[in-house]
Amino acid sequence: MVAQILFLVFTLAAIALFTVNFRKIIRNIRLGKAVDRNDQPQKRLITMIKVAFGQSKMVVRPIPAFLHFFVYVGFVIINIEVLEIMIDGLFGTHRIFHGLGGLYDFLIGSFEILALTVWLSCVIFFIRRNILKLKRFRGTEMTAWPKSDANYILITEVLLMSAFLLMNAADAKLQTLGVDHYITAGSFPISQYLQALLPSSENALIMLERGCWWFHILGILAFLNYLPYSKHFHILFAFPNTYFSNLEPKGEFTNMASVTNEVKAMLDPSFVPAETEPGKFGAKDVTDLSWVNLMNAYTCTECGRCTSVCPANITGKLLSPRKIMMDTRDRITEVGKNIDKHGAEHQDGKSLLDDYITREEIWACTSCNACVQACPVNIDPLQIIMELRRFAVMEESQAAASINAMMGNIENNQAPWKYSPADRFNWAEGK
Amino acid sequence: MEFKVPTMAELMAAGEEPEILFWVGCAGSYDERAQKITRDICKILHHVGMKYAVLGTEESCTGDPAKRAGNEFLFQMQAMTNIEVLNAYNIKKIVTGCPHCFNTIKNEYPGLGGTYEVIHHTQLIQDLINDGKLKAEGGESFKGKKITYHDPCYLGRGNGIYEAPRKALEVLDAQLVEMKRCKSNGLCCGAGGAQMFKEPEKGNKDINIERIEEALETNPQVIAAGCPFCMTMLSDGIKLKDKEKEVKVLDIAEITARANGL
Repeated sequence: MVAQILFLVFTLAAIALFTVNFRKIIRNIRLGKAVDRNDQPQKRLITMIKVAFGQSKMVVRPIPAFLHFFVYVGFVIINIEVLEIMIDGLFGTHRIFHGLGGLYDFLIGSFEILALTVWLSCVIFFIRRNILKLKRFRGTEMTAWPKSDANYILITEVLLMSAFLLMNAADAKLQTLGVDHYITAGSFPISQYLQALLPSSENALIMLERGCWWFHILGILAFLNYLPYSKHFHILFAFPNTYFSNLEPKGEFTNMASVTNEVKAMLDPSFVPAETEPGKFGAKDVTDLSWVNLMNAYTCTECGRCTSVCPANITGKLLSPRKIMMDTRDRITEVGKNIDKHGAEHQDGKSLLDDYITREEIWACTSCNACVQACPVNIDPLQIIMELRRFAVMEESQAAASINAMMGNIENNQAPWKYSPADRFNWAEGK
Repeated sequence: MEFKVPTMAELMAAGEEPEILFWVGCAGSYDERAQKITRDICKILHHVGMKYAVLGTEESCTGDPAKRAGNEFLFQMQAMTNIEVLNAYNIKKIVTGCPHCFNTIKNEYPGLGGTYEVIHHTQLIQDLINDGKLKAEGGESFKGKKITYHDPCYLGRGNGIYEAPRKALEVLDAQLVEMKRCKSNGLCCGAGGAQMFKEPEKGNKDINIERIEEALETNPQVIAAGCPFCMTMLSDGIKLKDKEKEVKVLDIAEITARANGL
């Protein structure tokens, strides 16, 4: 009975804490500017099914795609087991679903095989990061915390899977010993090989089985509450992020409606613009970005596929699209904390541009869309870079002299170079 | 040129409408190397007997480099002025000689009141080949020559056009070789996003060098391009690598014109 009450308390506390933190993230995302991404629901759904569920953009790199697929499928399917653990925990039952008979054996057997593949994949991922030290996992933005974050996730998953398999091994051994409460149920294609390592005393086995059971479920609850602080949040946000992703051609940049009004008024003095809220042009801070940009930042799992294909980064420039996303998340988290501590009106005098992302970074971008194409969950770092440029150019008139010259030429000569408009058709006279 | 390039103003005065407007673009109008490509596109249009026209001096920058640099004001000023001209001429279909003009007019003009059917010149060439109006005969033979095609970002990733330029090369019976990074994974030439008009940021290499090295790995005789900016970047790369004699950088339009003896 005590165990059941404890279980209930832990579960409720974990869910409550997660809800609080999750709602804070939703609030932070809502600090972003409005943008309508509710059009074409069918196309959006298909995109989500293909890209998030089907992981269609992962296959570009077959080895991590293969390993990640195991972890993903394992994670989703083994969670059916969590349902049983929940019921057993609350009602003091043991393997409540054993009544399913042959199907139960099949399920437990499948979970074990999946647990092993998850275990192996995570170990290989860990080796890739820490021993092989793949280039994709290095870079200036991969400081102590992002590196530790990745390792914590992998270690936790390895431990959870180990506990699951050890629990089954102890359970199966108790079943063969005919111990009360341990009804004969399940099949153990993997954990049967662990049985030989286990103690033979009944009490020790029960302690081990219970210990692993508690470790497994408390581990999952703790992991759930780690998500809001971690890059691992992508397991939840990959779905809405792909659903609300940009469906237009990647080359198309949004036309700013606020500018359209002013330009129309300039070209036609009789034009009366519709009421629009005054705001700044482009983005200086995260709250000037759209909510989709901010959701993108929370979705990023820092895999670095964007940075590894960025022409600027490849050639040694400071720009790294992954850093753009990580900076955006760090800054919106900071803004959120400020609101919690000091209220919504608090200004800390910092901003995304300059305090997090430098001018040198945003001006190194070729707008080639390689980062957008590479992201397995349809994150768009380019849009953030463009919004920062818009602020720099339109609000501050801060751009390289050569860029200003180019713009001056367009204004005066209708071409980015200093040629006379009268000579524009001279090409037809050549051979 | 052996024939006169018709302008919209002339057609309108004669009470005629073209089948297609050829949007030349700033590079195609002023850059010496790109002017050659512009003339070759005209030669192709003339050769197949398509009724076309250009805007001539009435054409103006689409505003693309201003927009990518962050100057939305200047972009929209340019766009609205251009749309006014295009709509006044009742333009329905446009072919561009530049992927940047193509992307801007196709995707960013409709929201400002300018909706047209827009194609890139490699798509036009593909259509003409498909319709049997254009072949690869009567000119220089590219048979068996090693050609590698560099995807311009605003044609490829930007608009998903990967096949048209390759189809235009396939009729040559040449040996098409792909670079390691091609199609949706293609590497930028380094000129996009207004980089064409500024010095690159500090780094350890120029992007066009990275790209040209990759292109040279395929041992090509021809590097095919479809964008005047890529053309500049790749040609500069070839010069720096001192490979001008062995490797030619040619636009798909130039290759098509040469293959047809135009």
